[in-house]
Amino acid sequence: MLTVDKLQKNFGPIDAVRNISFDLKKGDVLGFLGPNGAGKSTTMRIITGYLQPSGGTATVNGFDIGKQSVAARRQLGYLPENAPVYQDMTVQHFLNFIAEIRGFRGNERRRRVDRIMDICKIEPVRRQSVDTLSKGYRQRVCFAQAILHDPPILIMDEPTDGLDPNQKAIVRQMILDMAQTKAIIISTHILEEVDAVCNRTIIISRGRIVAQGTPAELKQRSPSHGAVTLELTETPDSVMADLETLPSAKRVEPADNHCFTIYPRDPVKLFQDVMNQARRRSWTIKSISVKEGRLEDTFHALTQTGDNAS
Amino acid sequence: MSESLRHAWAIFKRELRSYFESPVAYVFLVVFLVMAAFLTFSVGNYYENRQADLRMFFFWHPWIYLLLAPAAAMRLWSEEARSGTLELLFTLPVTITQAIVGKFLAAWFFLTIALALTAPVIITTYYLGNPDSGVIIGGYIGSFLLAGIYLSVGMLTSAMTRNQVISFVVAIVILLFLLLAGWPPVTGYLVHWAPLWLVNGVAACGFMPHFESLQRGVIDARNIVHAASVMVFMLFANRIVLEWRKSS
Repeated sequence: MLTVDKLQKNFGPIDAVRNISFDLKKGDVLGFLGPNGAGKSTTMRIITGYLQPSGGTATVNGFDIGKQSVAARRQLGYLPENAPVYQDMTVQHFLNFIAEIRGFRGNERRRRVDRIMDICKIEPVRRQSVDTLSKGYRQRVCFAQAILHDPPILIMDEPTDGLDPNQKAIVRQMILDMAQTKAIIISTHILEEVDAVCNRTIIISRGRIVAQGTPAELKQRSPSHGAVTLELTETPDSVMADLETLPSAKRVEPADNHCFTIYPRDPVKLFQDVMNQARRRSWTIKSISVKEGRLEDTFHALTQTGDNAS
Repeated sequence: MSESLRHAWAIFKRELRSYFESPVAYVFLVVFLVMAAFLTFSVGNYYENRQADLRMFFFWHPWIYLLLAPAAAMRLWSEEARSGTLELLFTLPVTITQAIVGKFLAAWFFLTIALALTAPVIITTYYLGNPDSGVIIGGYIGSFLLAGIYLSVGMLTSAMTRNQVISFVVAIVILLFLLLAGWPPVTGYLVHWAPLWLVNGVAACGFMPHFESLQRGVIDARNIVHAASVMVFMLFANRIVLEWRKSS
């Protein structure tokens, strides 16, 4: 549904986006991760037609964003960063305006606007001016604007930024509800959000894609993937040495209360090796668990190289 | 209605509504009417002239607009850029041209409302005497066109910056130049040293000769074409500025 092909963008001497390509199918929810200034927003702004690329192109449901810009934009819903909404309008007037631009008139327009206010739970503030709304409502008004025409492709730049935990849950649920029928991109800093809603992830750093895959695949690339946490009833003298000499172990970190975390050289074998060693030395195991790895760790490992502020 | 027209119409309505949903519109209308009346009746010695004519009324319009038209136009793009709604607008399926036309016509219509509210001055004049209707119609057409020109300039400077104050000041400077370009004292000054083509070029930019001829009741197609071409030029430049901002 969405094909991004070798997208590039430079602002003067600064390369904000370098050679970004990916494909999105119906049902995909792509989490777009990266530090501030990595080029997430710029990429989204190019796909949505707000900025022109310096090179490369993107195709939205078959329409080229350069040559068929307006047709491509019809296929898209977009929630920009900070959820901009016309401050001086009421919610109702604002959504009427968007509906009119999206080509709905008369009863159809009324029906669409009413339905979207119901879905986004902004009905109570329909007659309020946007500048009197709380951040959570404003975010949802802008969200309503993005999905009013039920677009096949939805792009959201930090959709839960600045919301409280309850509001975040509402927005995530709305994204999940739509996931089956659309192709969705969300950019975010909140890695738990990726776990909650995304089935694909791209990490970009300094304008480049540095990793992509399912959230589970990216977790496997974290140093803690396959690490074993072991809790014993007591700490025998040789335990550190016994663990460190395992061929599949890389490093052992002791903690309080007879606990140890063993980081793997070979995540597949480590658990079994630890179990065998425990049996051989007759340790009494109170608990043992294997870590699946943390997205945070992958993120840090891939993006913490040099200055990303540009 | 074609899609382009529908889009421009939707933007027109939104823009016009946003004038009236804030106090801006009312402050603007009151200031405009007070200034028009004050300059006509007090400064222009309307009663003392003992003549039912509106020369003094229309005489001040270029100067009132000089202050107020940039104020009405400055928010058209600057405000969108500052608040981020520009990103929203240009990711909707509207073209830049549709947005420009919708916004421009809304601002022009707003100034036309202000102009229409000066009707009591006309009624007063008809009550007091027997003014030349041709002059009044010409004056209104001239004033209407002048408002369009001023707004097209103010809208252009608004597209150049997200700061409304800068837009306001730059628009005033450009308009002052255009206002004075055709004024005989300025051209008279240039004649002494500048080459003839420059004098003619500067004079051709000015819109005062056209406005004055309309004020005399001479409704000449050339005056209207001149005003229209200045507006089209400014709106076209507006488009180029917005496109340049998109691609830079």
